[in-house]
Amino acid sequence: MVRKPHPYIPNSVPEVKAELLRAVGATSAEELYAEMIPDRLLLKGRMDLPEGIPAEYDLKKHVAEILAKNRTCVDALSFLGGGCWNHFIPQVCDEIAHRSEFLTAYAGGYYSDLGRFQANWEFQSLICELVGMEVSGIPTYDWGSAAGNAVRMASRLTGRREVLVPAHMSPARLSVVANFCNPTDMPGAIKIRKIAYSRETGTLDLKDLRKKINGKSACVYFENPGYLGAIEDQGKEIADIAHGAGAEVVVGVDPISLGVLAPPSDYGVDIVCGEVQPLGVHMMAGGGLAGFIASRDEERYVAEYPLRLISITDTVREGEYAFGQAKYERTSYMAREKAKDWVGTTTALYGIIAAVYMSLLGPDGMKEVGEAILQKSHYAAGKLAEVKGVEAKFPGFFKEFPLNIDATGRKVRQVNKALLKRGIFGGKDISREFPELGESALTCVTEVHSKADIDRFAAELEAILG
Amino acid sequence: MTDLKVRPYHAAVWSEPLIHELGREGERGVILPAVEEEIRRTVGKPEALVPRKMRRRVKPGLPELSQPQVLRHWLRLSQMTLGMEVDIDLGVGTCTMKYSPKVNEELAAMIAGVHPDQPEETMQGLLELAWCFGNVYLRELSGMDAFSFQPPGGSAGAFNNAAMMRKYHEENGELDQRDEVITTIFSHPCDAACPATAGFKVVTLYPDEETGHPSVEALKAAVSKHTAGIFVTNPEDTGIFNEHIDEWTKIVHEAGGLCAYDQANLNAVMGVTRARDAGFDMSFFNLHKTFSSPHGSSGPGSGAVGVTEELEKFLPIPIIAKRGEKYHLDYDRPKSIGRVRDFLGNLQVVVRAYAWAAAMGADGLREAAEVSMINNQYLSERMKAVPGVTKPYGGKRLDQARWSLEKLKKDTGCGVNDVNRRVIDYGVQSYFTSHHPWIVPEPFTPEPCETYSKADIDYWVAVLKRVCEEAYEDPEILKKAPHSSSIHAVKSAPFDDPERWAMSWRAYRRKMK
Repeated sequence: MVRKPHPYIPNSVPEVKAELLRAVGATSAEELYAEMIPDRLLLKGRMDLPEGIPAEYDLKKHVAEILAKNRTCVDALSFLGGGCWNHFIPQVCDEIAHRSEFLTAYAGGYYSDLGRFQANWEFQSLICELVGMEVSGIPTYDWGSAAGNAVRMASRLTGRREVLVPAHMSPARLSVVANFCNPTDMPGAIKIRKIAYSRETGTLDLKDLRKKINGKSACVYFENPGYLGAIEDQGKEIADIAHGAGAEVVVGVDPISLGVLAPPSDYGVDIVCGEVQPLGVHMMAGGGLAGFIASRDEERYVAEYPLRLISITDTVREGEYAFGQAKYERTSYMAREKAKDWVGTTTALYGIIAAVYMSLLGPDGMKEVGEAILQKSHYAAGKLAEVKGVEAKFPGFFKEFPLNIDATGRKVRQVNKALLKRGIFGGKDISREFPELGESALTCVTEVHSKADIDRFAAELEAILG
Repeated sequence: MTDLKVRPYHAAVWSEPLIHELGREGERGVILPAVEEEIRRTVGKPEALVPRKMRRRVKPGLPELSQPQVLRHWLRLSQMTLGMEVDIDLGVGTCTMKYSPKVNEELAAMIAGVHPDQPEETMQGLLELAWCFGNVYLRELSGMDAFSFQPPGGSAGAFNNAAMMRKYHEENGELDQRDEVITTIFSHPCDAACPATAGFKVVTLYPDEETGHPSVEALKAAVSKHTAGIFVTNPEDTGIFNEHIDEWTKIVHEAGGLCAYDQANLNAVMGVTRARDAGFDMSFFNLHKTFSSPHGSSGPGSGAVGVTEELEKFLPIPIIAKRGEKYHLDYDRPKSIGRVRDFLGNLQVVVRAYAWAAAMGADGLREAAEVSMINNQYLSERMKAVPGVTKPYGGKRLDQARWSLEKLKKDTGCGVNDVNRRVIDYGVQSYFTSHHPWIVPEPFTPEPCETYSKADIDYWVAVLKRVCEEAYEDPEILKKAPHSSSIHAVKSAPFDDPERWAMSWRAYRRKMK
């Protein structure tokens, strides 16, 4: 069969391929492979795969037809959140995200990739303003990974091997953290202990915290707002209790709340982590996640970061900025198994997008987005609670709340099915994750929801439950 | 080789201020969606909705810029970045800097608005595509039985596999005893760091002087009843394929260990040799390398994991399963390691990988492998013309080779870093030197994957040749390089000095005072 050269492979032109083979004194690829790979390991015959689709038009049609079977939160009215949230994405964020240079750069140095280094550094600068810290790095995979790293940092800092976490954190995120902590009895494993939460407020039970914290506790990890939406207003008390026991204080935050919520530095936190996705990154079925870590600028903290940390410096030319990696010998690229955890290809592009987002909004925009979320979500909680048998749990929340329907005698699962028929993605069913909250849906309302959207949701819910 | 004329290049010099130095109070880049008057009236003042103690009292110190100024700033930074698409990026070996087809970006954008917890029936297209990429393409390429896309990067794939290895031995009641993982020094650093993070002790094997990879005897000496398993890259960073790899997996299996393959870079062996056939139990594949998803300035990527049927039960939850014609997320997996990342991983990366593999088909994938391998042979041939360059260890290399500038350094005083600063003056991205430690002195590792034309390879070698000649003619040219970068010689001492490093504007301003 005569094949056409593939447009992605310049040297697939048969004459060129032959010319290259001649230049290296070979007659075929097989002959060369045979010199490197033993015959017993060579795959005999052609792979059994669908025929290639080299024509771009045909390929696009093929893939788009499959993906068109999806519905999105644009087609439907969605109230899903719980770790990945539907927020407004400014067009400039998309524009920069698609810039070929940022999209396809990777491992160049600061002389060839100065702009990328500055962009990474500016992400750190901007997120530090939101959380009130002085050090951050290129973001890692997601909030859970960031929390996992932060907990391990605290363990190394204190030499202790227990971590206290809220019982009402996201079970999925906790599972990520657990894998970082090593859920076995191997030496070096970090034991996870859960702290109870108040069913009335959705905040941490300090009595339980006092009971469980001890000289083995490396850190107290809590979230603000928590997975179930409530704003944790006892940050200072938690920090005091933890510090009193010689433990570090780690908080996980949703940075889009920080135009209206107090920065973690206000309540005595040592290490901050959280999710970058709300800051201008599309949800992408969860592919938009990126986790950040921040702390004070103290050498002992900096020494424990696994992340790439970009520092500013200057050059021999007066007034010229440059950027490079700080304390690089910490990283797994330098120290292999002796490194601080590991670092790899993470989510640098999302850090850049988030930096664009923060620079577009500025201090007043961050305040306004926070206020819009507060107002719309509280309006929604009130409106939905007007439906008979429906209750919005926890009074002090930011953008999410468990919407309980116990009094209706119905199941969230059934109600969500009915909502779907009406073009609505109801809140996440958390009745299995948190049976103590009964039949509840974690309902998320952000700045993208209009009053009409919320009213429609309430009306449809009423119609379903009525 | 006839001398190609190398062309001068100059990077953009914007002398761009920091974003915090730009703009003016009151400027705004974007306006948020309106809050309707009725909502305002109903809920009252937003600050009243925040517990008193938790209200932000001081505005965050973010800059204030209008939209054109924000865009201009970030565009200028992008222009001062030598992305893969604007240069001949074949110097960045171990990274497979291949072309990311533009059409795939638009296809990936089709899932931008999908929430991962949407009802399954509203995600059938995405689940079908991901299932098919794993169970059709990766299965055929690797011989593995079951797949997960949850690990969001290559190293995360290695960590996932370390967590699975941990779980496997725990299930067998042998974890107390099996606490050692064996790797090789030319395997990627994650193959040591990730098992270590997962709680294992790491034993590292060093290469035989002649073959470039550790001997079978070295492995035999390292395995014991403490062996949990091996984590190896093959071909290693050197481009050398360990021809005893199936013997290795046999030895480890006989000792009761598991075998984890690092196939982050599968590029030159697609359709040529497979993980399963070499006896591996699990493997990971970097979709941002071999499968064309863009590197994104270092992520998001995907470290897709493939395992044998025996280990399937340990895969992270959820698994994408097919039932009849429907696709389904299976969370009911009691032996699972749980999660290594929230939700489903980077599925937008899987969309791109699928589109790329679908464009190639069996013949195209094999062609990509062959051409990348042949390109590397051709590059090797051309490198003979470059003064001061040597290639340690005998034999041919698959996808890349680790070269040395030790001779150049001895002859001229100019080493691998000097050359690396100079090549960019000719518009070529700095090459990748080596992971650490540097076993090969003055190392560099080009990887001329299938993206690069003969002319590209000729040009790249011509640049390297010219720079090495300059080292012999006038080393000062290299010592003072780069001469046409966005900036001048960087003062790097602050990077390791707690008094002077600054990871943020806040820290910088405090320290500059």
